[in-house]
Amino acid sequence: MDPLTPARTGPDAPFTVLFDGREIRALPGQSIAAALWSSGVTAWRTTRGGGRPRGVFCGIGVCFDCLVTVDGRPNQRACLVPAVRGADVRTQRGTGHDDRHED
Amino acid sequence: MTDTRTERTAVLAVVGAGPAGLAAALAAASRGVRVLLLDSAPAAGGQFYRQSATGPGGPGGPGPRVPAHQRRTWDRLRTALDAHLAAGRVVHLSERHVWCLERESGGFVVHALLGPEQEESSAVRADAMLLATGGYEKVLPFPGWTLPGVVTAGGAQALTKGGLVLPGRTAVVAGSGPLLLPVAAGLAAAGARVAALVESAGPAGFARRAGTWATTPVKLAEGAAYAGRLLRGRTTVMTRHMVVAAHGGERLEAVTVAASDAGGGPVPGSERRLVCDVLAVGHGLLPHTDLAAGLGCRLDGTGVEVDDEQRTDVPGVWAAGETTGVGGAALSLAEGHIAGRSAAARLTGRIPDPRGWAAAARSRARLRRFFAALEAAYGDPPARWPERVADDTVVCRCEEVTAGAVREAVGTLGAGDLRTVKLLTRAGMGWCQGRMCEPGVAGVAGCALTPARRMPARPVPLGVLAAPPDPTTPR
Repeated sequence: MDPLTPARTGPDAPFTVLFDGREIRALPGQSIAAALWSSGVTAWRTTRGGGRPRGVFCGIGVCFDCLVTVDGRPNQRACLVPAVRGADVRTQRGTGHDDRHED
Repeated sequence: MTDTRTERTAVLAVVGAGPAGLAAALAAASRGVRVLLLDSAPAAGGQFYRQSATGPGGPGGPGPRVPAHQRRTWDRLRTALDAHLAAGRVVHLSERHVWCLERESGGFVVHALLGPEQEESSAVRADAMLLATGGYEKVLPFPGWTLPGVVTAGGAQALTKGGLVLPGRTAVVAGSGPLLLPVAAGLAAAGARVAALVESAGPAGFARRAGTWATTPVKLAEGAAYAGRLLRGRTTVMTRHMVVAAHGGERLEAVTVAASDAGGGPVPGSERRLVCDVLAVGHGLLPHTDLAAGLGCRLDGTGVEVDDEQRTDVPGVWAAGETTGVGGAALSLAEGHIAGRSAAARLTGRIPDPRGWAAAARSRARLRRFFAALEAAYGDPPARWPERVADDTVVCRCEEVTAGAVREAVGTLGAGDLRTVKLLTRAGMGWCQGRMCEPGVAGVAGCALTPARRMPARPVPLGVLAAPPDPTTPR
């Protein structure tokens, strides 16, 4: 018995989302994290303190490391938010509110 | 909303649509109870039966290859769930992130944040609760573990199975526990080269328990199949080794692994550098107990304590699956089945007869013994692992608290427990509420890992807290 019967996925057509202004290919149902990672983007946030790059870590919505700005809304978990056609995804710096508030 | 039907059916709210929650929902719905199945994902299945982004297209389909776990069992559960959904016996409330369970006279209110944005709350009312909230990964810190490209073992699996992503061309899978084997095999099946499987346990503990393995031949065959796949892919298996550092500038480029001596300390000169672009790392799972603890359920170690019927010590609250102690999908199915039947009987005014679920109880007993032996064989991480965490290593990822700051809180400021360390350093105060850093901070601080109380169970907008929504009963 092979517990990992490979399944091939359906033929649904890919579409594009924007990441920092450039087009990234995504599959229907893919999370933003998965779409970014398949395009070779592994970091889409810089930390508040050290400005260090972060991307996906736990992949299941627990760690909050993959926070990203989607359609102007900061602090969205990229591993949970589905990629939708034409979404405007941007690298999040710090709290993501820096454009609105002066610290 | 008032229930206008003349004959009121008892409502059971099941939190979590993984193996335990699904088995519970199906068992209860077949026995005259109305089930509200709440889950944070858009589709049922949980982490184990996680569904791929575009859905299975059959073995000949054009899409990428996705490793699917236990397809036949999943198909059976899915078919049964669809029938109950069509008949209205189960209502699947997907994309509900439950943040609080509230006790009220004669029942419960389940408060959940909606959708991935989680800015709006909704509330439903139920007569009884069944918690099948699963678990999350335990990760220990090491220099470089915050580099993009370092993911949890479960995260790598989620990306491959659900996200249709090959997280890297060359992978190292490291840590400890039974999850590493399927994760490594899954990455290999998806097309990655798995350079090494690095396990901190030694092989001796497994040999000593040969008798227990023989009682669970299915599990043995599963392990052998994974191992065979890895050997065919020429994966180096290192036991009693740990990843001691991850290297890279903006993303992962390599890791250093080192052997542990019998006391868990580093073996000088054993360091080896392995080039890789993804590191999947984990030291087993921890149960999600926030909702149960919020209701006042007693915990047993790190899991929710349950009796033979899977009841917690709070009347009207059942728990099943990893939340009661980590033991895998088959055990979760057995526990969920028993919990669902017990809840249905008690909600319809009957005394449950355990003879009705004797087969599930036997498999529960066998699998609990198996996982207890597995846990003992893997053992704890090497006792001296914190020595390898340099002072400038970030241990709390959210708040960017370093190991040095934690050591200062303990050594100079006299913190003696995790709560004081948290107050002095902010370790555990960030978005994840300590879920990721707790085992690491405890290790570096030399404190015991105690289950934390986290209420609310998720970050909740102040507006929602100020005006919680009125509960309804969904149709």
